[in-house]
Amino acid sequence: MHELSIAMEIVESLTGELMETPGQVDVVRLRVGAFSGVIPEALVFAWEIACDGSRFAGSQLEIADVPVVARCESCNADRTIESIQLLQCPVCNSPTPDIVAGKELEIMSVELTENGQAG
Amino acid sequence: MAKLVEIRKQILKKNDDLAQSLRQRFATSKTLVVNLVSSPGTGKTEFLKQTMTLLKDELKIAAIVGDLETENDAVRLRQSGAPAHQIETHNMCHLESHQIGQAIEEAADKFDADALDILFIENVGNLVCTASFDLGEDIQVVMVSTTEGEDKPLKYPTIFHRSDICVITKMDLAEALGYDRDQMLKSVESVKPNMQTFEVSAKTGQGMDTWIDFLKQRVAEKSGS
Repeated sequence: MHELSIAMEIVESLTGELMETPGQVDVVRLRVGAFSGVIPEALVFAWEIACDGSRFAGSQLEIADVPVVARCESCNADRTIESIQLLQCPVCNSPTPDIVAGKELEIMSVELTENGQAG
Repeated sequence: MAKLVEIRKQILKKNDDLAQSLRQRFATSKTLVVNLVSSPGTGKTEFLKQTMTLLKDELKIAAIVGDLETENDAVRLRQSGAPAHQIETHNMCHLESHQIGQAIEEAADKFDADALDILFIENVGNLVCTASFDLGEDIQVVMVSTTEGEDKPLKYPTIFHRSDICVITKMDLAEALGYDRDQMLKSVESVKPNMQTFEVSAKTGQGMDTWIDFLKQRVAEKSGS
């Protein structure tokens, strides 16, 4: 369950990033690739624990899934892979060892409500 | 009033930056870094012990080994005659790059990491959590034994895809188990086309010569000779 370490890393990282930005954090948005090694559901579960006692407590974690995209040399094109258990081009069925997307594990943005005002 | 703040930052940036500085350090010292990952029970320690036994007279080698508790694996690895340092992670399911940096400092009385030809890292037995953390290695080796089922790569596609080579262990048990070699190789090929695969038995020595030759070749390439 390394998602808890990842969640804690997000809290630590954002605490630094938002040092000069006051307000109530409502939403934290991430991009998580299918080959990132992180399970989005487990990360959402860990988020609440990681946020406890921080300014992120009560915030929502929104995760955009990034599919695996691989380079197909035969088609000379980038193709979205349908199953990460089968790295092959969905059009010509050639093997596609080289992936161009799918390892993402990024914080994209944060939504805040500025203090003293209703959101 | 709602306000949107753009961040655009890698979550594991701290780990990745440290891994990158380890990679630079070992590029300068020309030390090949090999990270072994597998489930618990695949035979990483026995395989690494035999590997170190076969290499220790020819190359300067050492190992860092991660486990939740106990120093048992480092003790076993030292039976090879080469030095080994234990990291006890205390319930942490994977190694992170800062632990490698720290272990290298702590192990200074056992070996000089910058003088090594190969530094082996035996990761915590885990095929899930180890996938996300770069340790600054040159080669990540994913291992699976003939006892674990031929569909293991399909069950853990991320770690198999993100590794560089695959080692299949316990080949001495293949016949007794009715191990389906074609099916295993097909599973590996499915998650990582063209992956280089070694089939070994640390117990009988089967396939170990090919693996040792591969490592020597990679050491020669890294040292530029």
